[in-house]
Amino acid sequence: MALNIEIDGQQIEVEPGTTVMDAAHKLGIYIPHFCYHKKLSIAANCRMCLVQVEKAPKPLPACATPVSDGMKVMTRSDYAMQAQKGVMEFLLINHPLDCPICDQGGECQLQDLAVGYGGSRSVYAEPKRVVMEKNLGPLVSTDMTRCIHCTRCVRFGQEIAGVMEMGQAFRGEHAEIMPFIDKTIDSELSGNIIDLCPVGALTSKPFRYAARSWELSRRKGVSPHDSLGSNLQIQVKNGKVMRVLPLENEDVNECWLSDRDRFSYEGLNSEDRLTKPMIRKDGAWVEADWQEVLSLVASKLREIQVKHGADQIGALAAPAQTTEEYYLLQKLMRGLGSGNIDHRLRQSDFRLDDKAHGAFWLGMPVAALNTLDRFLIVGSTLRKDHPLLALRLRQAVRHGAGMNLINPVVDDYLCKVANKSVVSPEGMVAALAGLVRALAESKGEAVPAMVVNANVTPEIKSIAESMSGGENKGIFLGNLAQHHPRYAEMHTLAQEAARLCGAALGVLGDAGNALGAVAAGAIPGRGAMGAQAVTGMNAAQMIASPRKAYILMGAEPEFDCHDPVAALAAMKQAEFVVALSPFKHGALDYADVLLPVAPFTETSGTYINAEGRLQSFNGAVKPLGETRPAWKVLRVLGNLLNLSGFDQDSSEAVRAEALGQDAQERMQRFMNNRVEPIHVSAAVPEEMERARLERIGEVPIYQTDAIVRRASSLQRTADAAPPVARASGMLLEKLGIQGGGMAIIRQGQGSIVIRVDRDDCLPANCVRLPGAHAVTASLGPLFGELTMERA
Amino acid sequence: MLSAESLALIDKEIAKYPAEQRQSAVMSALRIAQVEKGWLSNELMDFVAHYLGMQPIAVYEVATFYNMYNTKPVGKHKICVCTNLPCKLMGADEIADRLKKKLGVEFGETTEDKQFTLVEGECMGACGDAPLLLVNNHRMESFLNEEKVNALLEELKNK
Amino acid sequence: MILQGGPVIFNTMHLPEPWKLSTYESTGGYSALKKILAEKTPAENIIAEVKTSALRGRGGAGFPTGLKWSFMPRQFPGDKYIVCNSDEGEPGTFKDRDIMRYNPHALIEGMIIAGYTLGAKAGYNYIHGEIFDIYEGMEHAVEEARAAGYLGDNILGSGFSFNLYNHHGYGAYICGEETALLESIEGKKGQPRFKPPFPASFGLYGKPTTINNTETLASIPYIMREGGQKFLELGKPNNGGTKLFSVSGHVEKPGNFEIPLGTPFSELLKMAGGIKGGRKLKAVIPGGSSAPVLPAEIMMDCTMDFDSIAKAGSMLGSGAVIVMDETVCMVRALERLSYFYFEESCGQCTPCREGTGWMYRVVHRIEHGQGRPEDLELLDRVAANIAGRTICALGDAAAMPVQGMLKHYRHEFEHHIEHKKCLVQSGAV
Ligand SMILES: Cc1cc2nc3c(=O)[nH]c(=O)nc-3n(C[C@H](O)[C@H](O)[C@H](O)COP(=O)(O)O)c2cc1C
Ligand code: SF4
Ligand code: FES
Repeated sequence: MALNIEIDGQQIEVEPGTTVMDAAHKLGIYIPHFCYHKKLSIAANCRMCLVQVEKAPKPLPACATPVSDGMKVMTRSDYAMQAQKGVMEFLLINHPLDCPICDQGGECQLQDLAVGYGGSRSVYAEPKRVVMEKNLGPLVSTDMTRCIHCTRCVRFGQEIAGVMEMGQAFRGEHAEIMPFIDKTIDSELSGNIIDLCPVGALTSKPFRYAARSWELSRRKGVSPHDSLGSNLQIQVKNGKVMRVLPLENEDVNECWLSDRDRFSYEGLNSEDRLTKPMIRKDGAWVEADWQEVLSLVASKLREIQVKHGADQIGALAAPAQTTEEYYLLQKLMRGLGSGNIDHRLRQSDFRLDDKAHGAFWLGMPVAALNTLDRFLIVGSTLRKDHPLLALRLRQAVRHGAGMNLINPVVDDYLCKVANKSVVSPEGMVAALAGLVRALAESKGEAVPAMVVNANVTPEIKSIAESMSGGENKGIFLGNLAQHHPRYAEMHTLAQEAARLCGAALGVLGDAGNALGAVAAGAIPGRGAMGAQAVTGMNAAQMIASPRKAYILMGAEPEFDCHDPVAALAAMKQAEFVVALSPFKHGALDYADVLLPVAPFTETSGTYINAEGRLQSFNGAVKPLGETRPAWKVLRVLGNLLNLSGFDQDSSEAVRAEALGQDAQERMQRFMNNRVEPIHVSAAVPEEMERARLERIGEVPIYQTDAIVRRASSLQRTADAAPPVARASGMLLEKLGIQGGGMAIIRQGQGSIVIRVDRDDCLPANCVRLPGAHAVTASLGPLFGELTMERA
Repeated sequence: MLSAESLALIDKEIAKYPAEQRQSAVMSALRIAQVEKGWLSNELMDFVAHYLGMQPIAVYEVATFYNMYNTKPVGKHKICVCTNLPCKLMGADEIADRLKKKLGVEFGETTEDKQFTLVEGECMGACGDAPLLLVNNHRMESFLNEEKVNALLEELKNK
Repeated sequence: MILQGGPVIFNTMHLPEPWKLSTYESTGGYSALKKILAEKTPAENIIAEVKTSALRGRGGAGFPTGLKWSFMPRQFPGDKYIVCNSDEGEPGTFKDRDIMRYNPHALIEGMIIAGYTLGAKAGYNYIHGEIFDIYEGMEHAVEEARAAGYLGDNILGSGFSFNLYNHHGYGAYICGEETALLESIEGKKGQPRFKPPFPASFGLYGKPTTINNTETLASIPYIMREGGQKFLELGKPNNGGTKLFSVSGHVEKPGNFEIPLGTPFSELLKMAGGIKGGRKLKAVIPGGSSAPVLPAEIMMDCTMDFDSIAKAGSMLGSGAVIVMDETVCMVRALERLSYFYFEESCGQCTPCREGTGWMYRVVHRIEHGQGRPEDLELLDRVAANIAGRTICALGDAAAMPVQGMLKHYRHEFEHHIEHKKCLVQSGAV
């Protein structure tokens, strides 16, 4: 039954359970507030939203008062205003009047409202309260004296981030918002409390005193760091990105940002920025002008093409370049006659390349994650790989969804995990095979031949039971699965499991624009939108059979590739390497030409996120120094090589050519997780085999890409601490290593000495050892065999 | 961190609440921990947090919200005098002054020999017995007068 | 301290060891429970009986208990709770402590009957932190009752199961507020919840919960044993029963008195031995420190019941009578009370967190000779800006003493401000 109410003389019909605040919002009536936030539980503690309600004996808080039929609300009557002004006076008596030096100045809810509701002068003649500062870590700066105790930051931790790191200690006027003594805020979502804080108590540490809010101009952007493509408000002053805030988009990032999306901009302003083209001359790097360098690159590529054949040229692109850049790069390569192009640098199993029917994607809209009843995550360090997708899945669990895991690692997911099967990377295939068998058996279907011998462990049985129930279901392959040496088999099995239990199959996606790369044809054998194209080598092949020349676009092979050692060796042996990059990097050791190309804030382009959403953006600032957008560089290069079709005059033109006019619809049709099943070997590894140690190599959250690796504040967080190895107590005991002691780890030709921590959640024969980090760069692939002994 | 006896007492408290509500025992757990150790150090609060499956800050919130927890070290005997109006009408201020003078400390201070901490208390729900005080939270001394205060201090000193 | 027995709560007082189970049973204790369980008395009948008794909540607000019980969704499947509020911390109140000390089984029986009536399987008794010996005594009494088969599974073979647990506070007045108390049982800091939802639908652990004061619940066995009508007749219409009055301050014999509601104040004063040292009565806070003060002349005309005291401009509250003689300086008295609310504010909502400190500081200044002419108006305004604008009634509780004092004793405050000293000579306070 709908309820009719009147607010400030306007009528509106609302659903039962609606609050006065919501109803007013629908009418476009603003009721002042601080503690209320649409994404957080109702606290009703600030009392700023007091309104007059007919027949109520006292003013009522609009945020917490449910509407009843026939209610008459006055939000600006004398009675209401008197209540609101009274509250404002209380809020201000202990608030420092330091707006001129406060970073929140100009964007402060308290300041704004004080203008409308505050008295003209304070009659408070008593000493003001002073509150001790807290050290929340490298990202969030505090001025706790300014705190008005709205508890938004506390509720954010409890309800959204999933971990209560902040609390309100002490009581009454002595109450203080703080973390536990000497603890910092380590959540990967911590920066959101800066936005939530309505005053200047919590502000951005990297941004501190950098600019006043009114000096900043605001540009739209899209984040490249994970497959979500969070919408950004990029704030700019004097041609420099000063700060990044969320741009609200309910379907994508809601009003949140991960810390990675928010603070990575520091990397854009890092000292490593390459601002001029550079050439290696007689072993030394010299700056050069664009004309000269590009001619050199063109002639070098021609020379190698002629001398060794086009297929001696390989192109490796980082997975977060723009779709337009991918398109021109593949066009250039194919124009030269080479099909060797790939962006899947951390992938190691490409057996599905001719079995797939389109681009792998999330399998459902991002917003649908919140509404799942049951889901299974296969191979993922979820919170760190996909901070905001994890947030949505956590919400689903809060609302009762069952979360299941098949994973080699167990992290704190900050929500209830219904069932988990923790197995070694090798064991994951067997576990999925067991799941397929269990599901088929429970459904009374014939067990598929490929899994008849699969072992159904009790854990897998529970997962099968969980996934058999519920309505909205998903099975998701995470980054650990995508990088796994037997990914193709896992995808095949997951597809079968999904079919059996009626779940959607999704690929979480390991990078910001992997879908854009596939759509643009930056993979071997397929052009834009899956068009037939000359075959060529994938990323692994280009490294396993080194080429004479490489074009690197955004990629830093020593960090971005599945096997950094092999990648580096391939680069070193090449005759010619040209690196298009915003940064000076390892290429200084092996490249011949460095071309400064624009990062995502300095160019226009399009990203396609995991749900297939096309998000185009313009450059927020001008390219730094002599930096050029990569699409322009590639266009010129195409011309210099006399290739046809390189005269687009804008990135929009490139996009139109690549994706067509109805790009979004085409994309929708192009996405497809279905594969032709490949042979699965579901045998459980032999005892002998199991004696081998397997590496679990994840990519740490702040090592994902070149920009993040250079974001200095992020690099000071707990999550960015240098990696350590982890192994179960059983394994450590067997090897005679103390938890916390040092060990020698060998993988392939490399070896490192590193601390080993005990983690009894790990499978017995595994060593968890992150990749993509200088500390582990001398070791081999993210997965595979290694040895460990006491140092 | 805590003795087996203390842990057993805590377990007894936990059993009072539904299985998934261990947190309900936090007030008892902190009390029991404080009785054993005298005060609640960070490590102790951290321990209680783990024991009950709580976030440390949530334990700290509780420890700092309720008056009777000591989140800083206190003397061997914490004396808490109620000075609220009903007690005040019955001479609580004189009792407090006497204690301050005898111990040489003000409210909130600890004697140099770490034997006594004197604090001001709020209503203890025993106004009919005024003036009164609490020794180490659990022992109430009522109908105080000068002799009684002197005798109490003598007794505690020798403990 | 003296204790005056009465028929309802202190009915074992004339016997040796009044707190023992056997003593309680010898006066008819647990017979009501036995009868209810044996006859499987329908819950509606019990609620009707409580309604007849006109029992009003003894925790301060005086809400009719029968009506409160009828709000409980008894048919709601799943857990429900009954919670006893023994967090007596309102300055001047000390009756629940004596109930638990001298007649714990009246409370236990009352809680079991309440649990039976409201469909609760478990009850919690939240005991004020500073009276830890009482907590230990209650633990003992609960054990006694359990051993006798009054608590636990399948009580007296009736098929009804009920468990009772004691939970102690540890020093926070606000936990007397019922939703703060629930938070506290849940192992959190005691910050009140915004209502709605009310505890009857979303209470302890989110389950339907009824909260009553110790004295309220301890009155239930008598009502069920003797009948609601008899209880009602002990007092006066709309104010059924006897009530405990805690008399403190300047009287010869402070203590708890169980007397019929409607007894003239003058008689209560006489029972308490009259004003100490034969001095003159100046003022009375008739219902705990939150109640507005009433001058002697008004008070002497009052009878001790909810309606009479309300008519006089104050409230019966928890029945805590703080007596002040002519030597009391009202500025100093208010300073101490304001300090209490300032110290005990939970800090959650703005008007109370910020306003209680402001009021205290202004009164403190006035008391210390630094008052300003505009201060009294300021106090009026700050109190008015707190009252009715907070999450819980602590805001009102902090404002009312200020408003009451300024209403009846404004001249004393003016004198302080003007002369920077006290109007009352040789004040005890
Ligand atoms: C600040 C504050 C303190 C309170 N303290 C107590 C208390 O100590 N004991 C009590 O029974 N009720 C107290 N109450 C009243 C309770 O909230 C609640 O109304 C009462 O326990 C209900 O029981 P009754 O209906 O039996 O009176 C307090 C209320 C407030 C706002
Ligand atoms: S009125 Fe005071 S005690 Fe009650 S919720 Fe608000 S701040 Fe807390
Ligand atoms: S917004 Fe309603 S009380 Fe804060």
